[in-house]
Amino acid sequence: MAETLDLSMFVQHREGTAHLDLAVEGVACANCIGKIEGGLKRLPGVVAARLNFTNRRLAVEWREDMLAAVDVIAALEDIGYRAYPFQPERAETQEAQHMRWLVKCLAVAGFAAMNIMLLSVSVWSGSDMGQETRDFFHWLSALIALPAAAYAGQPFFRSAWAAIRARALNMDVPISLGVITALGMSVVETASHAQHAYFDSATMLLFFLLCGRALDHAMRRKTRAVAGNLAALKAEFAHRFDGFELVRVPAAALRAGDRLLVRPGDRVPADGVVLNGSSEIDDSLVTGETARRAVAAGALVHAGAVNFSGTLTMRVTAAGSGTLIDEVERLLEKAVTAKSRHVRLADRAARLYAPVVHATAALTVVGWLVAGASVHDAIVTAIAVLIITCPCALALAVQAVQVVASGALFRAGVILNSGDAIERLSEIDAVVFDKTGTLTLPEPRVDNAATLDPELLQRAARLALSSRHPLAAAVAREARERVPFAAATEEPGQGVRAMIDGTEARLGSPAFCGLATADPAGPGTSTIVFTHAGRSAVLLVRQTLRPDAAETAAALRALGLDLMILSGDRPDAVAPVAAALGIADWRGGLTPAEKIAAIDALKAQGRRVLMVGDGLNDAPALAAAHVSLSPISAADLTQAHADAVFLGERLGPVREAVTVARRARRLMRENLWLAVLYNAVAVPVAIAGFATPLIAAAAMSGSSVLVTLNALRARGGAA
Amino acid sequence: MNVLIYLVPMALALGLTGLAAFLWSLRSGQYDDIEGAALRVLSDDDVGGPGGR
Repeated sequence: MAETLDLSMFVQHREGTAHLDLAVEGVACANCIGKIEGGLKRLPGVVAARLNFTNRRLAVEWREDMLAAVDVIAALEDIGYRAYPFQPERAETQEAQHMRWLVKCLAVAGFAAMNIMLLSVSVWSGSDMGQETRDFFHWLSALIALPAAAYAGQPFFRSAWAAIRARALNMDVPISLGVITALGMSVVETASHAQHAYFDSATMLLFFLLCGRALDHAMRRKTRAVAGNLAALKAEFAHRFDGFELVRVPAAALRAGDRLLVRPGDRVPADGVVLNGSSEIDDSLVTGETARRAVAAGALVHAGAVNFSGTLTMRVTAAGSGTLIDEVERLLEKAVTAKSRHVRLADRAARLYAPVVHATAALTVVGWLVAGASVHDAIVTAIAVLIITCPCALALAVQAVQVVASGALFRAGVILNSGDAIERLSEIDAVVFDKTGTLTLPEPRVDNAATLDPELLQRAARLALSSRHPLAAAVAREARERVPFAAATEEPGQGVRAMIDGTEARLGSPAFCGLATADPAGPGTSTIVFTHAGRSAVLLVRQTLRPDAAETAAALRALGLDLMILSGDRPDAVAPVAAALGIADWRGGLTPAEKIAAIDALKAQGRRVLMVGDGLNDAPALAAAHVSLSPISAADLTQAHADAVFLGERLGPVREAVTVARRARRLMRENLWLAVLYNAVAVPVAIAGFATPLIAAAAMSGSSVLVTLNALRARGGAA
Repeated sequence: MNVLIYLVPMALALGLTGLAAFLWSLRSGQYDDIEGAALRVLSDDDVGGPGGR
């Protein structure tokens, strides 16, 4: 049956040309750019093709009357690259614009800071400088500083204004106040031919802070681009009936009422009801259950389940029809609203800091007036206190660590979804795991591969490459050379056979291979037999633990964390896993509501829980936990509610995430103390009236550089 | 010191030119693909002509 691919939902049209964004897999070297762009431009009708090597994305434009989206993807496949249509998320484009704005502000602040410093250094060193020349330099500084600060200070002024209107305090409030008073006082002082002006401090402060913001933002954009590409790579396609014709469409384009064909080995692309056909489906990504479920006409199936044996026709149902997903959504909503908002370390510091600083400045005025100084001198000194305490180091203290730590996590294969995940990760004292797909690998494996004859196993694996069956996929994963045998034929629901070296080889159910059923392995385990030239091998396919699960569990315990398993699978399937990992505290057969209840019970004891899970049934528990992680293979809804996602087959990133977060937390605290220490030294100097612009500039940049250098230690290898 | 009257504005004008150049390069998307730009310079697809590929 010829099947067309419908990509219309991804294609944007403008004036006769079509535009498509693609995430490209396998772009690794400089040659790829020329190969991909050159190859596409040779296609008739392609107007433009541009590969962005930084985020591995390709933008193609072509004349609509000459080419279709499918041809573009086919052409890429011919060159040797797999490309996945990609819909740029709104959040991502907004972030790109914000980044550009931040860099513009940074450029303006940098220009202003450099030029004003040039003038200021002359003033500081020119002891024989006349008053006219000094005034001229100050006015020139004002001319540069005022417009520059008005432009480059916007990120801080806006955020501070928003905070004040919400009757809250954040770090941007004292920053804005410091910058504005510094500039205002300097103008007044310049007008009265005074010796000191603080234009340099104000612009330099903006420059340092904008560096921190821009770096933080760049890091976040980088991780988001990678996450977006992974989502595009993972996107499922569905086979939809349009009349009697079958069309391949992206799962995101499905609507309620669509009729779909689900072949063996396919994932069910949407929730729905089976119309006809019968099969066994694997619900492990949905409920955590590893034993397969038989379905026939009328049965409900959920997105993410794998169809095993027969071809099914199904109808997509709308949300709100009493399915599992509705219960999950309802629980999710409750869990999200019940969650108390985590107050970030920097904001907590700001709440303590701002009142203290402003009170100190007020006391300074009063103190100097009482001591008999003039009103002008008292106010000038108080403003000097405000300037010198302007929390440059304090604002960078947390941000710099955040940037370095998320970079370290990124390299360890952990992609952060939420900004404060690092802080919350560092506070946990218990870890709750889901079993299926989290402690175990998401796909079944040949469990007894080590005990089989390697040569026989390799032949079985190569033969399995010719089958679409999910169990065959597990066998095929053992293949060292991915070379299928020629002329292999598949008997649907039974197995594959091919001629190897002149004799017939068969891989499939025991009956298909003419073997009396080997002793039935328990539920959740499938037996596959391979026969060739009179020899045979029995392969046991089941969910196996992630390769480093036991090691990671031990390491997490060594970090002082309590481990627990909450699984939706049968208790007798959970018990061996818990025993292998030495986790005494486990429960099986839980519904999503019971998982939440278990986590709430832990929270009631004052525990801070990290939940690691992948199934649809875990999503509410992930949202309820203090912080959550999910593997990249997780269900889409679940991943959206996790604070971070980890890549690869290993469980190690979980441990890595905890150690990096703890180290980051320690450094953040250290940095905050450094900033406090700096203030403890600088404030008395300012109160006493000795804070010249030179001292202010030196102290401010010195402390900023110090906390940034300290933050770099978050990179370090060993904790 | 009268020399400052035109030296300082000149220095500022040069600085502003640099700033304007940077803002222009940012607007024209030259920082959108930093890694790619480093690699594109190595390819000689643009040499063209009968001798080039």
